[in-house]
Amino acid sequence: MSIAATQKRSFSAILWDYLTTVDHKKVAHLYLFGGGFFFLLGGLEALIIRIQLIKPMNDFISAGFYNEMFTMHGTTMIFLAAMPLILALMNAAMPLQIGARDVAFPFLNALGVWLFIFGGILLNMSWFLGGAPDAGWTSYVPLATDSATHGVDFYVLGLQIAGAGTLMSGINFLATIINMRAPGMTYMRMPLFTWTTFITSVLILFAFPALTIGLFLLMFDRMFGSAFFNAALGGNAIIWEHLFWIFGHPEVYILILPIFGIFSEIFATFSKKRLFGYTAMVFATMLIAFLGFMVWAHHMFTVGLGAMANSIFAVATMAIAVPTGIKIFNWLATMWGGSIKINSAMLWSLGFIPTFTIGGMTGVMLGSAVADYQYHDTYFVVAHFHYVIVGGTVFGIFAGLHYWWPKMFGRILNETLGKWTFWVFFFGFHFTFFVQHFLGLMGMPRRYWVFLNDQELDLGNFISTIGAFLMGVGVIMFLWNVIATAVKGEKAEADPWDGRTLEWSIPSPPPFYNFKQVPLVRGLDALWIEKTEGNKQMTPGEPLDDIHMPNGSILPFIMSLGFFIAGIGFIYQVDHKLWYIVLYGGMALALGTMVVRSLKDDLGFYVKKEELEREAK
Amino acid sequence: MSHIHPLNPETMPNEPEKATLEGKNKFLGLWFFLGGETVLFASLFGTYIALRNSTAGGPTSQEMFGLELVFIMTILLLTSSLTSVYAMYHMKNQDFKKMQLWLGVTGLLGLSFLGLEIYEFAHYITDYGFTFRSSAFGSAFYTLVGFHGGHVTFGIAWLITIMIRNAKRGLNLYNAPKYYTFSLYWHFIDVIWVFVFTVVYLMGKVA
Repeated sequence: MSIAATQKRSFSAILWDYLTTVDHKKVAHLYLFGGGFFFLLGGLEALIIRIQLIKPMNDFISAGFYNEMFTMHGTTMIFLAAMPLILALMNAAMPLQIGARDVAFPFLNALGVWLFIFGGILLNMSWFLGGAPDAGWTSYVPLATDSATHGVDFYVLGLQIAGAGTLMSGINFLATIINMRAPGMTYMRMPLFTWTTFITSVLILFAFPALTIGLFLLMFDRMFGSAFFNAALGGNAIIWEHLFWIFGHPEVYILILPIFGIFSEIFATFSKKRLFGYTAMVFATMLIAFLGFMVWAHHMFTVGLGAMANSIFAVATMAIAVPTGIKIFNWLATMWGGSIKINSAMLWSLGFIPTFTIGGMTGVMLGSAVADYQYHDTYFVVAHFHYVIVGGTVFGIFAGLHYWWPKMFGRILNETLGKWTFWVFFFGFHFTFFVQHFLGLMGMPRRYWVFLNDQELDLGNFISTIGAFLMGVGVIMFLWNVIATAVKGEKAEADPWDGRTLEWSIPSPPPFYNFKQVPLVRGLDALWIEKTEGNKQMTPGEPLDDIHMPNGSILPFIMSLGFFIAGIGFIYQVDHKLWYIVLYGGMALALGTMVVRSLKDDLGFYVKKEELEREAK
Repeated sequence: MSHIHPLNPETMPNEPEKATLEGKNKFLGLWFFLGGETVLFASLFGTYIALRNSTAGGPTSQEMFGLELVFIMTILLLTSSLTSVYAMYHMKNQDFKKMQLWLGVTGLLGLSFLGLEIYEFAHYITDYGFTFRSSAFGSAFYTLVGFHGGHVTFGIAWLITIMIRNAKRGLNLYNAPKYYTFSLYWHFIDVIWVFVFTVVYLMGKVA
């Protein structure tokens, strides 16, 4: 095993490397490529939705196809774009930030990414196999149980497989952060992105199983004739809404908390100041996560749960604005008096603050149960959640990518293109969604295929569609930037941003074992402390010795393939019993791989001390 | 194989399951996994409680459930938890043979539990026509109890795999965490059964 693996390698060697990798940095690449691909797909779906709504009574696509389009747009963007892109950044940065050589369960990490990829492929195969799911991303029953095509079946199995992968990542990150921090790194010395990764992982752990069960019940009703949601046999459709939102509300905090961590890193780094109110930031994150589990029924105000339930959930919902406000003010105070450098990463972060604040404000408006009867299922809601998810999560992902790109790929993204991307996307975004607040207040319902003439909705929808195309242009510029950087981008040094945390103390990109010697951490912003004392590098926390690393494995890929095949069997066994062969075959492949994994010892390998010393020369 | 030696030290540490970083990670990871499983079963229990009276004119829980059989099942599973504790006790004393023996007993008790559960299901289906599809209550009952039974099945398969795999080579620091995490998982299944017994059978009998 040679460390100097930088020579030119054949394409098949690189492919095999990625198929078998358990290295968190390469898993991050896989999440990024997969999530990026689905982000483009979801964006395309969004553009088709907006073209359909560019003028009144348009017939660009049929009503049924429109249903499939908005269902897949939401599902793809949440589960197959935003989540994986966040997991990409977590995988890329978190282990480096705590001074670890890999995550606690490298094998599970690889399994998680392959389950996500196969789940995403399964879900999107529905386009070509009789129709995509068309019951909305929330897939409410009985709409979902009565949907005639196999679309919703693909939704159920695709999300089940991808969701299992996410759950594994959550457990993995928790164990990693608790057990594998470098010496001296106490909890209150962890970078804020590590903190938010930690708390997000708790949310994943306790939220996803509710979705797992919801999907199982829906699957049983659709494929095996059970009666959970069948009112004729005593079933209850509200159970789905509860299970979905017990998962679904924490999910939106899963999407935003890591992003808060990214912004905290960026504001501190580019203001050359310690993060203002670090402790308050940590506890605000915990409070948001805790309250996030207490508010799911605010999605169900109009169901008729009663005044008492609605009041409690309304108050809990509005309470979340308090810790979020703490965060906004801490970011502003971090910049206050700092030596601010404005580059692409910083622009996305600065753009985030007003945008997200608007989204938070409409959130409080929606949280008022009484007023919500007016807003419910209108474009006001659409505008609100795009302000928080695009204005928060997507802005944050772009910011994080600009910030960590040098660490992930060894090259710096082009700044000029980066700034152009931001401004085009930023204006496009506000064109698209700001006007939707007013469309909603004027009564335009969400998910409608067409709207009528002379309802004063024409101009707003037209502006919105133009804005969507501007966002599309922004994304293309970013892609252009990625390609241009890969071809002839500026090579990144170890610490291109004058960073504060451990990931900037090692080369870009890092060697596969990350740290030759695990660093000794002497406080918050560990690298910055060394810099202020004139040290060129981190003090080692251990003598130079052999490094134990995990072996690569193709098993995660095969196991995920097995579940993918079994998923197809589940979907089609309704049509013909012969499909059971596929179902059992897939399960046998997946479970058989599990047995192989259990029987075969995987003791890893050692990078020899001598080899490390030779590298140093 | 030069690095197999650290896993077979001259004297085993007191807690061989947590002596290596891999062991610590597995131990902690399994606890977190059980945390997730708690939410999974909580969702199932919530669904069951919402639907347990939705019999759609079919048999009710009072008519069908017999506490005698369920009592025997409970005893079997609780005892299997105890025998897995014995096994872990012997693991800490590095008595591999006795550990395997008690794990074998654990597995047998688990299998007899499963046998009775299958008998119980068959009894409801043939004697009462109470199936997965007959009412929302039926769907919720078979799903909740079946998920538990599925966990027992998976646990037994897991146990057999590690018992056979390690039968010849004895205990070391690589497989000790595997045994220990199995025992944690097994206790968890047992705890879930206590709730199934209470919520499904006791409440089903009196309500």
